[in-house]
Amino acid sequence: MLDVLLPAFTEKTGYNVQLVAVGSGQALKLGEQGNADVILLHSPTAEKEFMANGFGIDRRLVMHNDFVIVGPPSDPASLRSQPTLDSVFKAIFSSASTFVSRGDDSGTHVKELALWKNAGLNPAGEDWYLETGQGQGATLSIASEKEGYAITDRGTFLAYKSNVDLEILVEGDPFLLNVYHVITVNPEKWSNVNLEGARAFADFVTSPEGQQIIAEFGVDRYGEPLFFPDADKTDEELGL
Amino acid sequence: MEIFKITILSLQVSTIATLISLFIGLPFGTWLALGNFRGRSFILSIINTGMALPPVVVGLVVAIMLWRSGPLGSLRLIYTPIAIIIAQTIIAAPVVTGLTAAALEALDPRLQQQLLGLGASRGQMVWYLWREARLPLLAALMAGFGSVISEIGASMMVGGNIKGQTRVLTTAIVLETSKGEFGNALALSALLLILTYLINLSLTLIQQRGQRK
Repeated sequence: MLDVLLPAFTEKTGYNVQLVAVGSGQALKLGEQGNADVILLHSPTAEKEFMANGFGIDRRLVMHNDFVIVGPPSDPASLRSQPTLDSVFKAIFSSASTFVSRGDDSGTHVKELALWKNAGLNPAGEDWYLETGQGQGATLSIASEKEGYAITDRGTFLAYKSNVDLEILVEGDPFLLNVYHVITVNPEKWSNVNLEGARAFADFVTSPEGQQIIAEFGVDRYGEPLFFPDADKTDEELGL
Repeated sequence: MEIFKITILSLQVSTIATLISLFIGLPFGTWLALGNFRGRSFILSIINTGMALPPVVVGLVVAIMLWRSGPLGSLRLIYTPIAIIIAQTIIAAPVVTGLTAAALEALDPRLQQQLLGLGASRGQMVWYLWREARLPLLAALMAGFGSVISEIGASMMVGGNIKGQTRVLTTAIVLETSKGEFGNALALSALLLILTYLINLSLTLIQQRGQRK
């Protein structure tokens, strides 16, 4: 989506964005070390810590998309018929079905760990629990090849759908929302931070124009939106 | 404990791949160096290009072959250590082959004729030439090992960096970097360099002892 959002931002404001696309863990580190002016990420708990430690000065709600749980069409642990997220993860655990985790401290990985924890389970070290330490696309490929379950954001899954033998088995729970915030890095920590540029970016992505781009993104290709604009909402309304 | 496991796997996978490359590259490189046939220069140019094969390209091709949908998919080898060994062998074999051919070609061409003239069999002649060129041949082995212990692209694509199964030092470094754990990434990098150094040191010592004889 940044492919569309960034050119529109540059056209409107004249600022060129040097994009570094990394997982949330690394993004926060880049911010902490003053190597980024503004960060857009989806790892609310880590973001709050980042703000509490004074590394960011302005954190705004931008949008959300959602996570889905995918797996082989044969669905060996019968996830489709599970009533709750807890029972979904209990079913995977008790059937010792292959589950492929990102294992990379990304927002998606953090979400997955929270889901296991909520179900009162700890899959670490189980031989059916595979940690790839790779991005979402590679993790989906591995899940497909190993006929395992995985959690993914909907957008990446739709982009990979034709190349993997996986189906969406669980979706729609409020806990599966993936909420993005934009954070301006604190220029008091690092004087080389481009505060005006960062502000302009945060303003743009939360402006009606930016929000419109977000709402329309992906509709032409996948027939459904991938992101939902949230600049006019509060964290509480999204259950954060 | 995890670091120990990762290190052992790295060494195992890359050593096996290097040894297989040696078994392929030594005879093949010798044949190319000593042979006199049409297309020899063409094959040599292919091998020399192969020495610069990008690991990520090898990884991609091997992955396509080994995916369940691929021609060798029924072997279920993708995302296993064997898959990494296959890819690394493809990376190291041209290096060993090319450097073997170069090492033997650097010998005085009259040596061959003399040996055969003295009544050596073809096998004895090759054996003698290998001994004569043992220093650059060891260098070929080191270059082969160096090319695979340090590669990332193929290990990542065909191994999958699965914790406890296919995670090797280089892919672990990428992971720690992506997590923002730059300290861990640097520590693993240092470990990788020290290991590579120790292996090359022992091979160099063997090589130099051979020279003094």
